[in-house]
Amino acid sequence: MTDMSAPSAAGFKPRRLDTTSSAAQARIRARYRSEYRFRAYGIIALVITTTFVVLLLSDIVRRGVPAFFQHNAVLSVSLPKEAFGAGDAVGIKGADYFPITKAALQTAIPGIESRSGERALTRLLSSGTADILRETIVADPKLIGTTFKAPLLLGADADLYLKGEGTAITKDVPRGIATPSGTTGEVTVLTSSNDFAEELAVIKRSLLDLARSSELELGRLKRSGDKANAPRIVELEAEIADLRKRADEPGGQEVLTSKLPSILVEINGGLVKATKLSATGITGDVLLPLSSVAEAQPAKWNVVTYTTAESSRKVDDLTVAYIERLKSQGAIENVFNWRFFSVGDSREPELAGIRGALLGSALTMFVTLILCLPIGVAAAIYLEEFAPKNRLTDLIEVNINNLAAVPSIVFGLLGLAVFLNYFGFPRSTALVGGLVLALLVLPTIIIASRAALRSVPPSIKEAALGVGASKQQAIFHHVLPVAMPGIMTGTIIGMAHALGETAPLLMIGMIAFIVDVPGSLVDAATVLPVQIFLWADLPEPAFKSKTAGAIMVLLAFLFVMNGLAIWLRKRFERRW
Amino acid sequence: MDAMNTTTATQPVASPMHAPAAGASKVMGRDVNVYFGDKHALKNVSVDIPDRSVMSFIGPSGCGKSTFLRCINRMNDTISICRVTGKINIDSQDIYDSSLDVVQLRARVGMVFQKPNPFPKSIFENIAYGPRIHGMAKNKDELEQIVMASLEKAGLIKEVKDRLQEPGTGLSGGQQQRLCIARAIAVSPEVILMDEPCSALDPIATAKVEELIDELRENFCIIIVTHSMQQAARVSQRTAFFHLGNLVEEGPTTEIFTNPKDKRTQDYITGRTG
Repeated sequence: MTDMSAPSAAGFKPRRLDTTSSAAQARIRARYRSEYRFRAYGIIALVITTTFVVLLLSDIVRRGVPAFFQHNAVLSVSLPKEAFGAGDAVGIKGADYFPITKAALQTAIPGIESRSGERALTRLLSSGTADILRETIVADPKLIGTTFKAPLLLGADADLYLKGEGTAITKDVPRGIATPSGTTGEVTVLTSSNDFAEELAVIKRSLLDLARSSELELGRLKRSGDKANAPRIVELEAEIADLRKRADEPGGQEVLTSKLPSILVEINGGLVKATKLSATGITGDVLLPLSSVAEAQPAKWNVVTYTTAESSRKVDDLTVAYIERLKSQGAIENVFNWRFFSVGDSREPELAGIRGALLGSALTMFVTLILCLPIGVAAAIYLEEFAPKNRLTDLIEVNINNLAAVPSIVFGLLGLAVFLNYFGFPRSTALVGGLVLALLVLPTIIIASRAALRSVPPSIKEAALGVGASKQQAIFHHVLPVAMPGIMTGTIIGMAHALGETAPLLMIGMIAFIVDVPGSLVDAATVLPVQIFLWADLPEPAFKSKTAGAIMVLLAFLFVMNGLAIWLRKRFERRW
Repeated sequence: MDAMNTTTATQPVASPMHAPAAGASKVMGRDVNVYFGDKHALKNVSVDIPDRSVMSFIGPSGCGKSTFLRCINRMNDTISICRVTGKINIDSQDIYDSSLDVVQLRARVGMVFQKPNPFPKSIFENIAYGPRIHGMAKNKDELEQIVMASLEKAGLIKEVKDRLQEPGTGLSGGQQQRLCIARAIAVSPEVILMDEPCSALDPIATAKVEELIDELRENFCIIIVTHSMQQAARVSQRTAFFHLGNLVEEGPTTEIFTNPKDKRTQDYITGRTG
């Protein structure tokens, strides 16, 4: 080494460093410019990602927050002794609670006699209300024979209406004196002034809107040039002509349909829904019975408009009238939806909860973690520190790296073939889910752990060997603790990945509709992402907010899990 | 490189100039050869190292002095491509004997590395680790005594006695190196190997470590690899000069530095090579 001569440098003259010429100045300026440019790119990228994250999160929160609240009707429920048979536990459990809830509603909104009215009334409450009441009474049998105020769960449609997915309601105070012709059935309400002129104008505008939308459809049909559309075109043309004619004609009487805003008259403690409207009076059906046919003075009656047409909302006018009546009685309360966290899935949105999926996820993660961490770390330590470097270990290493990139559904199929079909483990359980996810996460943990072990300075191991520690002691006492934060990071990434995984779990049957909250590893269970997937697929609009709510719960679960892991990591780090 | 190696390997290897004093040697190497794969890193090295003295290995980079040092506690075993032939005895026991437990050997032969490498643990733990894994202390008090005695011997006690629970990595470089020496002597080794222990230290820290080495000579057999000939002259009683895998010359330090017998030694110590 020392005998070797330096490479020949003959004929090479080093140039002086040039910092003053204009070319040099330009070079320096270009260098700064490129630095600024790069910094700007970084900031732009950051702003874009932050914007997307904020948009995404705020949208989910906006949609999801309603899922955490639920409207109840607080009604006085009377529990006559005779409804409970012998009054013992069997009698209490076996009693029919549906008539009790129905009676409570009828007390709050009396005078509904028509069958359709009654049906709409009972449909206000959730189908689970009776069962919830049963639980209350079973827990507190002393209530039997008394009348008490009980919060009764409202159905999803009523709940959604109260959460603002219904209609805007405007009230007009008329100037004239109104006279109703009856208290129930079909009645007319006439007024001494032109009190309905404004509403009539609203209806005419709506007619015009309808005509316009029909024209759009007509245009589309005509452009398509399909012969089969000819009858529909004729039909539409006639309809448009009629709508335009009605809209252009001043005054007169309009027949109201479900496609038009609903006009109602609040009078003498009752509510009349107009079917025919003229400037000075309406003909309509009584929704809530009137107390009398007495004349109503100007301040004593109202004209109410439900702006959204009945056909374009989920709740009909009758239900809106009931809800508004309950609301005006102060019987509607909006409370935190504890139920969402205490029950499993249900086909009824207001009864559906996240607990089943939450526990399913927790159990699955538990199985994954207790399998993955020891196996992954042990494999990493063996491969990194003990394994001989030969073709076999090279092959294993390449395969582990490849496994990390295998689509997760393949692991699901593997789980299906091996765990379910070959080993015969129970289907849709947290145990099998955890096993499958462990397969998925294992490569990630092994790779991260190996990288962490490799990054420990070899001097630490040498120092331990130098004082007479065996290889195993050196690794477990010194190398592993130093590598632990890195291993934890890998584990966090892997577990977060597993928590959000859906596809492989579909393969092993965790997609099933499972109502019960899983109590053990071998109970049928589902997990949060699958629950989100299931709810997102349902047509009921109330499940939309449940979906977003479940996403919020999943994110919270993730944050808690990661927070815990980061805390653990910090503790490991602090020891050094 | 390879060409040079083969040419030197075919030449007759210079035998040690000096016949070691019989009976007094602690470590004895005979015809030690080390191969890293195809590379013949150490060629027929035979040397005797006396007890209770300091022996220094000098020579240009890559000459094999560290390799030989790491043979004495079989640290080279951790390198899979490394192969050692020949014989190294400590107290006339062959340390490459298959029945010998390498972990026990390393407890008898302590080592101090080029870069201070305290464990990322407290100062106390750093020293207590060795005695603990070897079961040298029956209880906590004994362990504490060992730790304090080791710190005392390493001359570190005054500086760290109030901060034993603080991390060892928080000490200055020189203190860290003395901590490493304290850690090595805590398991009461017979031989201490030092691989350029001062190359990462400033002159003041170096002086302290050298002072310490001089004191430790009373109780241990110390072998030190160094690039500083002044250091070798200051701390060691005997010196061995390695060149291209050969042990060129070995003898009392004063003799090597004042009257080298081999031209290569002379060239090296006068600064013409290296």
